[in-house]
Amino acid sequence: MFDPLKPVSPGRRTALGILFFVVFFAAWGVVTYGGIVPPLFLADPVKAARAGIELFTKYNFIGDVGITIWRVVGGFLIAAVFAVPLGILMGAFKSIEAFFEPFISFARYLPASAFIPLLILWAGVGEAQKLSVIIIGSFFQIVLMVAVIVGGSRIDLVEASKTLGAKRAGIVLRVLLPGAAPQIAETLRLVLGWAWTYVIVAELIGAQSGIGHMIMDSQRLLDTGQMIFGIFVIGVIGLVSDFLFKQANARLYPWYFIK
Amino acid sequence: MSKLRIENVSRVFPGVRGGEPTRALEPTNLSVEDNDFITILGPSGCGKSTLLRIVAGLDQPTTGSVLLDGEAVRDPGPDRGMVFQSYTLFPWLTVRENICFGLREKNVPDKQQAEIAAHFINQVGLKGFENHFPKQLSGGMQQRTALARALANDPKIMLLDEPFGALDNQTRALMQELLLGIWEQHKKTVLFVTHDIDEAIFMANRVLVMTARPGKVKCDIAIDLPHPRHYTMKTTPEFAAYKARLTEEIRVEAIRSAQAEH
Ligand SMILES: Nc1ncnc2c1ncn2[C@@H]1O[C@H](COP(=O)(O)OP(=O)(O)OP(=O)(O)O)[C@@H](O)[C@H]1O
Ligand SMILES: [Mg+2]
Repeated sequence: MFDPLKPVSPGRRTALGILFFVVFFAAWGVVTYGGIVPPLFLADPVKAARAGIELFTKYNFIGDVGITIWRVVGGFLIAAVFAVPLGILMGAFKSIEAFFEPFISFARYLPASAFIPLLILWAGVGEAQKLSVIIIGSFFQIVLMVAVIVGGSRIDLVEASKTLGAKRAGIVLRVLLPGAAPQIAETLRLVLGWAWTYVIVAELIGAQSGIGHMIMDSQRLLDTGQMIFGIFVIGVIGLVSDFLFKQANARLYPWYFIK
Repeated sequence: MSKLRIENVSRVFPGVRGGEPTRALEPTNLSVEDNDFITILGPSGCGKSTLLRIVAGLDQPTTGSVLLDGEAVRDPGPDRGMVFQSYTLFPWLTVRENICFGLREKNVPDKQQAEIAAHFINQVGLKGFENHFPKQLSGGMQQRTALARALANDPKIMLLDEPFGALDNQTRALMQELLLGIWEQHKKTVLFVTHDIDEAIFMANRVLVMTARPGKVKCDIAIDLPHPRHYTMKTTPEFAAYKARLTEEIRVEAIRSAQAEH
């Protein structure tokens, strides 16, 4: 059962994954119904579920969910479209890396949320500001991680391609890129997860819609049920997008997953 | 004029972590004629791979130069095909796609690529494995794919660094005959590194023996055995005579190399 690196069967894997959720909800039930935590601070599972139904039926929560997904995906895609090629160029060509790397390493540590007041000043409280937060938060991370992945490509494969007649463009497009693609996809999956945290922060301040805005509203009413349900929905969307991403990777890069 | 001239080529690697620099290759001279099949024998670490990499243009000599058809070699290029000692198939490409890699870089039409690939897949005995990824092949199968990949590109010179090292005796003998057949048919120029004396004699029209590190060519023996060659040749007295001579030459170097390490 605890043999290092030994794979588990798919059935067992799913069962174990579900088991944790069962444990989690059980623990939640115990602390709320058992009176360990007063209802003012933490709603019980049933109350949270009721709040959720109410959100969807009365408050058009689906619209909030939609707008938040739109922001995350939009900002993330804009960042990725520019960051991935730049990262590939930096990984492949050391002088390009030398030019950008110090600045990007610096910019990476600027917390996206710290830009929110400035961005509101520059771009108002509309969609441009929300997207900007996500772009700032994702762009530099993607660039650096992609550059590291591409920079770590196998030099022996590059050499082999040269003896087969590959020139600069051929090496980048047909050796470095396909070799790094599965790891780049993994990176994007990771950063998409972070983008979710940025969007919620952006929506907590100066927003009229979105999951973060709903959570903020619920706080005013001390409705912990709604707050918890909102957070829970974010988790579910994250889980689903992660799953889709993983499936797509397995399909696109079958060679990478051969043991 | 010689096909390939190696003039005074030496290679010194800078010291690793403040250690002594490594003299991998002493100044070496060699002229290779068109259609030569030269096998290179020598103890481990004597600079065989280094020499091949310099000819391929993947490494620069510390002194000297390599001339191919009278022109100095600076960069790697498809005119010098190489099969590396380590596994260098592209893991994201199938066997067929790996074999087509060089053809695609040359923009050969798809249909022609498919024909060439099918031909070499057949020749190296990988029929039925066209759509396998390298990770799904044994080491020997990977090396055979690498050989097909280099051959498909139709280079002027083939640089083969122990291509059959991972193969069992039977497959190895088959591959030797295959490569020899291709050589007899297409008249290629080949530099072939091996540790196997039988293989060195069987394949070659010249065998080079290198000294222990720092390596240089110790002797250059012409193999006067008729073509086409058949594996039964390995049991003839002529073959045995070559073998006795080379075994002695190599033994001396192996001993020197072992002593140098102690
Ligand atoms: N990149 C490098 N940096 C430093 N030293 C190196 C490098 N490449 C090779 N050498 C040294 O050069 C020497 C010759 O290496 P080479 O790989 O050419 O040997 P070889 O004859 O091919 O040996 P083998 O039969 O084991 O493959 C070795 O001592 C090795 O340590
Ligand atoms: Mg070697």
